[in-house]
Amino acid sequence: AFTLYSLLQAALLFVNAIAVLHEERFLRNVGWGTDQGIGGFGEEPGIKAQLMNLIRSVRTVMRVPLIAVNSITIVLLFLFG
Amino acid sequence: MLSAHLINVDFIRIAGSKHRGRGPLVPPAPDPHQLFDDTSAGFQHAQGTPASGIDMGFNTLLADPMANVAVAYGSSIASQSKDIVHKEIHRFMSVNRLKYFFAVDTAYVTKKLALLLFPYAHQNWEVRYSRDTPLTPRQDINAPDLYIPSMAFITYILLAGIALGLQQRFSPEVLGMCASTAFVWVVIEVLALLLSLYLVTVQSDLTPFDLLAYSGYKYVGMILAVLGGLLFGSDGYYVALAWTSCALMYFLARSLRMKLHPSLVPDGMGHPRGGGRGQTYVTLGAAACQPLIVYWLTFHLVR
Repeated sequence: AFTLYSLLQAALLFVNAIAVLHEERFLRNVGWGTDQGIGGFGEEPGIKAQLMNLIRSVRTVMRVPLIAVNSITIVLLFLFG
Repeated sequence: MLSAHLINVDFIRIAGSKHRGRGPLVPPAPDPHQLFDDTSAGFQHAQGTPASGIDMGFNTLLADPMANVAVAYGSSIASQSKDIVHKEIHRFMSVNRLKYFFAVDTAYVTKKLALLLFPYAHQNWEVRYSRDTPLTPRQDINAPDLYIPSMAFITYILLAGIALGLQQRFSPEVLGMCASTAFVWVVIEVLALLLSLYLVTVQSDLTPFDLLAYSGYKYVGMILAVLGGLLFGSDGYYVALAWTSCALMYFLARSLRMKLHPSLVPDGMGHPRGGGRGQTYVTLGAAACQPLIVYWLTFHLVR
């Protein structure tokens, strides 16, 4: 049984998980660094390249809003359990 | 064209005209871009703030000049704030785009429901266009709409209440939980579809609202499954579930394939674009998820 609130919580945790993946220490070792995957100007980037692009853009875009949303969530959970 | 009409009407309204008050989105002349018929001719519009609907000729009857000033001031404030609200809403959600999905009529609804439950006989699955914009659901049966999904959603919630009540398991909180669960599953499915369409780099004109419409059609199948379970017991439930699942899978596969693969149109080029295989996987995956979700959302109602 879901509520909209649990969906928001799950989404927040998911985005946090993506934001925590470090570029240098981890993704390069796995082979998912963004400078390793981009081929030429072919028509089809491929699923792996798209995923890496997605991870990188999520990390870049969501860093600052995530700080704010996390702080608000912490305070609210503190107050209301 | 439409914007010129809008500016015209706004200017007239703010200047406190003696026109019969009209909403800002209804142009005075018939407009080919209008989605809905203008049925407000002859009487003042019912919605909107009460102050802005007052005919200015009324003022001469009020004895107190202060009241006149107050009425004029209040009506101008109300119209300004209404414009602000409209602008804010427009920033988040294009209301015209949403209006397109609700431009349905009875014939379309009946034909679409029949199509959802028996799609095997339908030949032509294209969504027809007219001058770059897709035709409204009134004129094209293949166009997605949001009216059927929302009505089916509400009907499903009511049916769930009835089913639970018949089993003495009803309470008002359960109804809210059922509604939010169903809605959240559809939202998750739409997000998954958007993600997979992005990953497969398909170029299509599927907006999130389109995907919401296509995902919402499963509510019709859920209603039928629950009805079958209520009327005919467990066997009826499984029979109805199997029938609606197959119909839904076929419907969704054909519709999505037609939307994602315009190159399959007979007078098109003929060669699939890059990512054709991925598109097929996405379509088949989306179609295969439907019976799972339908089962998950209804089996607890039919014990």
